[in-house]
Amino acid sequence: MTADQWIALIAALVGGALRVGVPYLFVSLGECLTEKSGRINLGLEGVLVLSAVAAFGGAYVSGSALVGVLCASLAGAALSALHALLCSLPRVNDVATGIALMLFGMGLAFYLGKPLIQPQAPQIVALPLGDWSESPAIRAALEVNALLPLGLALSVAIWWALGSTRFGLVVRMAGDSADAARALGYSVRRIRLWSTMGGGAIAGLGGASLTLFYPGSWSEGVSSGQGLIAVALVIFARWSPLRCITAAALFGGAGAVGPALQSVGFGWGYHLFNTVPYLLTLLILIATCRPGALAAGSPGELSSNSR
Amino acid sequence: MAPAMRQAFVDVGLPVLAVFASLLLFGIVVSFGGVNPLELWFLLFRGAFGDWFSWQNTLQRAAPLMLTALCVALPARAGLVVIGGEGALVLGGLACAALPLALPLPGGVVGLALVCGVGAMAGGLWIALVGALREYRGINETISSLLLAYVAIGLFKHWVEGPLRDPTSLNKPSTPALAESLRIGGIAGSDVHWGLVFGVVACLLFSVALRSTVWGFSTRVVGGNTKAAQLVGLAASRLVLLACALGGACAGLAGAIEVAAVHTSANASLIVGYGYAGILVSFIARHNPVAVIPVAILLGGFGAAGSLLQRRLGLPDASVLLLQGIAFVLILASEALRDADWRAIWRRILQPSGPRPSSTPLGDRTV
Repeated sequence: MTADQWIALIAALVGGALRVGVPYLFVSLGECLTEKSGRINLGLEGVLVLSAVAAFGGAYVSGSALVGVLCASLAGAALSALHALLCSLPRVNDVATGIALMLFGMGLAFYLGKPLIQPQAPQIVALPLGDWSESPAIRAALEVNALLPLGLALSVAIWWALGSTRFGLVVRMAGDSADAARALGYSVRRIRLWSTMGGGAIAGLGGASLTLFYPGSWSEGVSSGQGLIAVALVIFARWSPLRCITAAALFGGAGAVGPALQSVGFGWGYHLFNTVPYLLTLLILIATCRPGALAAGSPGELSSNSR
Repeated sequence: MAPAMRQAFVDVGLPVLAVFASLLLFGIVVSFGGVNPLELWFLLFRGAFGDWFSWQNTLQRAAPLMLTALCVALPARAGLVVIGGEGALVLGGLACAALPLALPLPGGVVGLALVCGVGAMAGGLWIALVGALREYRGINETISSLLLAYVAIGLFKHWVEGPLRDPTSLNKPSTPALAESLRIGGIAGSDVHWGLVFGVVACLLFSVALRSTVWGFSTRVVGGNTKAAQLVGLAASRLVLLACALGGACAGLAGAIEVAAVHTSANASLIVGYGYAGILVSFIARHNPVAVIPVAILLGGFGAAGSLLQRRLGLPDASVLLLQGIAFVLILASEALRDADWRAIWRRILQPSGPRPSSTPLGDRTV
């Protein structure tokens, strides 16, 4: 490969990490908040797809990307509220509910999204961070989603709120010991409802990034497991909102390997390279999980802790 | 009512109620799009069970659903929630299509048994990997199985569009078609292929095995309480692995049968979500292999009616997915009614001013 190709490849990788990583960041932040309250939300995959279609539909109908982003967040919160309500029923398990909401969110999104496959919607503005460079590849790579700064700010805000506020303490207590929270007179059900809804609203921003920035259109394949990978990302980030940023960047980069190689004319094994994020997730799980032990930093009440 | 009778009534009644409620809700949702719900329900029934043509279509779809549902039901009996049947199915189909390219196979029953067997083996190993990750590394099987499903689909596409591609398949990359002698035919000249028999037999066999063999009993003990199982000396890990492998083998067999009976080669038509619909089938059937049979036929029917809904009412093809999603949510919600004390509820409705029983402590009573 020539030097230009190397630059193009690295630019495509970095650009891909920035573009693909943003949905990962929002979904993992949402999942992190939900799990801190002691509940796992596997339904975030459904949330992501539904909010993606809500964002696209909202932006298409109103002509404003901002309205689309708000729609996405609301749709995410609404579907997550359903998750929280179902989970608070007796005998209902949050993993099974997550699977149900994954299918329900996708079904609803595909049903509502049929008329939206062709049209174009106004997009979220791009921040041209690469204007200093002469190279068009670098300039294209550093066109950054305007929601990215919001995501970074949210990570810091959630980290601060969980660590240093009364609200954060209550959420963490509900996640570590529901009995302790109950003994102090808090309603665990209500704490988890709000955390799950808040997590859904944040994850909805990830859905908006999918349809309103990259890939920038609605199709039924718009999300392929990002919502689910988020669950593993949170384990990798050891339930820290700050570490979610690095985790999201890493996974964004992994997801960009296939398209980046294709962009420099290396087409072999395109589908194999697309499996890299899933394999990476598995490897991380293998490295971090121990049978019979809680993962480091894991809230005590999580049902994903086996045995 | 006698407790056993009440139990049976609840076991059958609640899912039936949930399915009816989801049809009702589906009708309401669709009516917002200007479709008459009565017409919708009528067409849904006609497209699924209205005439012999629809029955053939329904049964053709029910066959793989039974097998992919077993991929959820068997691990569930050992206490695992495995949702990656789609991965086992596509790998089963791929292995079935690839074997004749690697080895010269005899035609007829022997060759057919070989291609189906290799499909089942591929699926079984894939889901056994999920069980092994759970048993030896403590990795949540729900997450890992779904991640592995995405990996399997990637592998499938790589092989079908790359090394195994039939160069003459231009628009739709496929492997070379199976030889005529390796295909599964229809039963008595119909479109319903022998895969349906495989599905029904597998469901019945596993039902008997779970109920009345030592293996079945031990597996159910492990699923009920792993610690207790280990205390009485059961090899819990081995039983979990076996349940996963058998479930995966069923899903792999489903893929092999789809290739040998319907598509004749491995191509993208195999990835239509039978693995995911199988999760719903198993949950409605409460992971009971016998109940899987009628539920698979019902959901196969909904799938078969999908194209009729599309043609006659202009509904998107995803409307069946929506119905499935609603049904899944309501099935889980119906679990909450299982313990309900109906007499107390009835009394409360009759005397709204009466003293209310204190609410149960905030619920973490999960299944």
